[in-house]
Amino acid sequence: MEVLRITTSGSVDDGKSTLIGRLLYDTHSIPQDKMEALHAASKRKGLDFTDLSLLTDGLVAEREQGITIDVAHIYFSTPTRKYIIADTPGHIEYTRNMVTGASNAQVSLILIDARKGIVEQTYRHFFIASLLRIPYLVVCVNKMDLVEYNEARFNQIVEDFQALIASASFKAPSIKFIPISSLYGENLATRSEKISWYSGESLLEYLEQITFDHADNSHPARFKVQSVIRPKTEAYHDFRGFAGKVVSGHFNVGDEIISLPSQQKSRIKTIEQFETQLTTAEARQSVVITLEDEIDTSRGSMFSKPENAPALLKELSAQVCWMDQQKLVPGKAYLFQHGINRVKAKVQQIEHVIDVTSNKILEDKKELGLNDIGKITVKLAHPIFADSYDANPANGAFILIDEFSNSTVAVGFVS
Amino acid sequence: MTNKIQWEFPQALEDEAIYILRETAAQFERPAILFSGGKDSITIVRLAQKAFYPGKVPFPLLHIDTGHNFPETIQFRDWLVESLGLELIVRNVQDSIDQGKVQEETGKYASRNALQTVTLLDAIEELKFDACIGGARRDEEKARAKERIFSVRDEFGQWNAKMQRPELFDMLNGKIHLGENVRVFPISNWTELDVWNYIRRENLQIPSIYFSHEREIIERDGMYWPYSPFLNTTEEEVPFRQKVRFRTVGDMTCTAAVISEADKLEDIIGEILEAKISERGARIDDKRSEAAMEKRKQAGYF
Repeated sequence: MEVLRITTSGSVDDGKSTLIGRLLYDTHSIPQDKMEALHAASKRKGLDFTDLSLLTDGLVAEREQGITIDVAHIYFSTPTRKYIIADTPGHIEYTRNMVTGASNAQVSLILIDARKGIVEQTYRHFFIASLLRIPYLVVCVNKMDLVEYNEARFNQIVEDFQALIASASFKAPSIKFIPISSLYGENLATRSEKISWYSGESLLEYLEQITFDHADNSHPARFKVQSVIRPKTEAYHDFRGFAGKVVSGHFNVGDEIISLPSQQKSRIKTIEQFETQLTTAEARQSVVITLEDEIDTSRGSMFSKPENAPALLKELSAQVCWMDQQKLVPGKAYLFQHGINRVKAKVQQIEHVIDVTSNKILEDKKELGLNDIGKITVKLAHPIFADSYDANPANGAFILIDEFSNSTVAVGFVS
Repeated sequence: MTNKIQWEFPQALEDEAIYILRETAAQFERPAILFSGGKDSITIVRLAQKAFYPGKVPFPLLHIDTGHNFPETIQFRDWLVESLGLELIVRNVQDSIDQGKVQEETGKYASRNALQTVTLLDAIEELKFDACIGGARRDEEKARAKERIFSVRDEFGQWNAKMQRPELFDMLNGKIHLGENVRVFPISNWTELDVWNYIRRENLQIPSIYFSHEREIIERDGMYWPYSPFLNTTEEEVPFRQKVRFRTVGDMTCTAAVISEADKLEDIIGEILEAKISERGARIDDKRSEAAMEKRKQAGYF
């Protein structure tokens, strides 16, 4: 059974929480006692309807202010697959949360208020979806009920959005526009009768038919070693297995591999998953690999195929999203974490900052503060084995950690 | 609703949890599994067993015993530890009461649920655990939906919801200052149904109280409470015998039963697919207020 991860973003009143609440409601994912709690909470707020958005706003501060502050994770299943929604706030001051929510998503769901059309935040959400190279983009034009389900209005918004796409450097392989009303459930789980001029799928129908190639042959084979398993028991006296995760691509038993950083080569003897022997391991799988030869490999090593090993980078340029109150300090040592590897790093230069709303490069701005996105050059104390984010997203991202606060202060995408 | 295809377990969830457990073993010096004897912590133990196989599970189990556990849970705990060759550490809420650190609640709703936080935090300090692995899931409750996979707690065990570290892709940042610790939640992205489907796929043993059995119960506030010496009852609350089972395993004073004939895993899963009440709806401790869980989490609860 597949898992599909979606990120949602929208402005304060776009009805994002209502949309999610409605999807849960229509897929029978809200148990009766939670429904009753919603009735009661809606009543307390003086509402004469059941406010489904109250389902997702979890923190006290969020309920008081009626907004989403943090990333919330919501789960529901259909007979086809399991869905995980990362619900993120839309305000500019929560750009970092949007990036966080988007980092694991395969689908970006952008909401537009049919009355307002494309607004400042739409640009930002689109920018982030593009920055993270999210393959599926779904644009829901919401509140169609408030524009009398007008087709011309919908077409105008689609046209405006197409212009936005045309100006972007990255184009999602799949882009879908759907006219909806989350309040009334039009075109959410089932097709709307009120929007008869629209002949496409409802939102859920569309999500259900998305497919993925998990063998991921378009990306090079990468395996990160998390630990070495050496039981030293009688039964496994000479056992030496490398526990880790296939980052991208796939490996077969018998494949020749090269281990970085030692650059020693060997062949895969076995691929094991607990008591099961596998013949192949593909992206995202957690397995134990044993090799034919004893080669220098430990936590932090990476296996790849000799013909397309990643470059050893000691200097790189990258786009970053800054996530900390304290601004980036050029020349200060940060911890650079790529996958599971941590090395010391210094930011040499802030090349430029990007205005995420206008997509314009601000050449003069040389400062990266909370929620800013820009391009930097970094020097590393030891080489890392990364691909460019464009070529292989699973092996092209990193985080920066402040050594004093231990906070995660930035996420970066290797250029 | 009872669709055959929904009975499949999404394998991606196991791969993710194993990755998280391996990171926990590598990034911390003294991690432990918080073990309650419930299905979620049984799942964690299984995942740990698989993550390091054929090596040993590199974490001890820490059980905070309130003294109000179901005896079936304790029997099960001891059996599991014995059969898998695990290390078990038990700390008792009764000791915290005897030391005057906490006071027993009174009245008919008295429970030791809130008290165990103090025992837990003391145990973490005493045993110098820097990471505690728990079976909490984001789908259980809306404050838990905001929880990170590596969730930092300060010296007082407190959770600061607004100061959480962003978690990006699969990169986990377990760096902490001395005195702080991290709660690790490998099955954050699992739902109750996922856990049951996993137990079924892996053919795991679970405490008998999850299955239908006859026991003495009382009815209170529209829920069925297990009758026990720990429950303060009024004169009108007369125990009677009924076939029930439990959907979660907490203390005998704060876990409600559901009337059920389900005595096989398949029947339990069938019940969940059609269930009208959410899992924590049977947890009396959550009913205290809308923000009950958020408040307890801030204080250092599991």
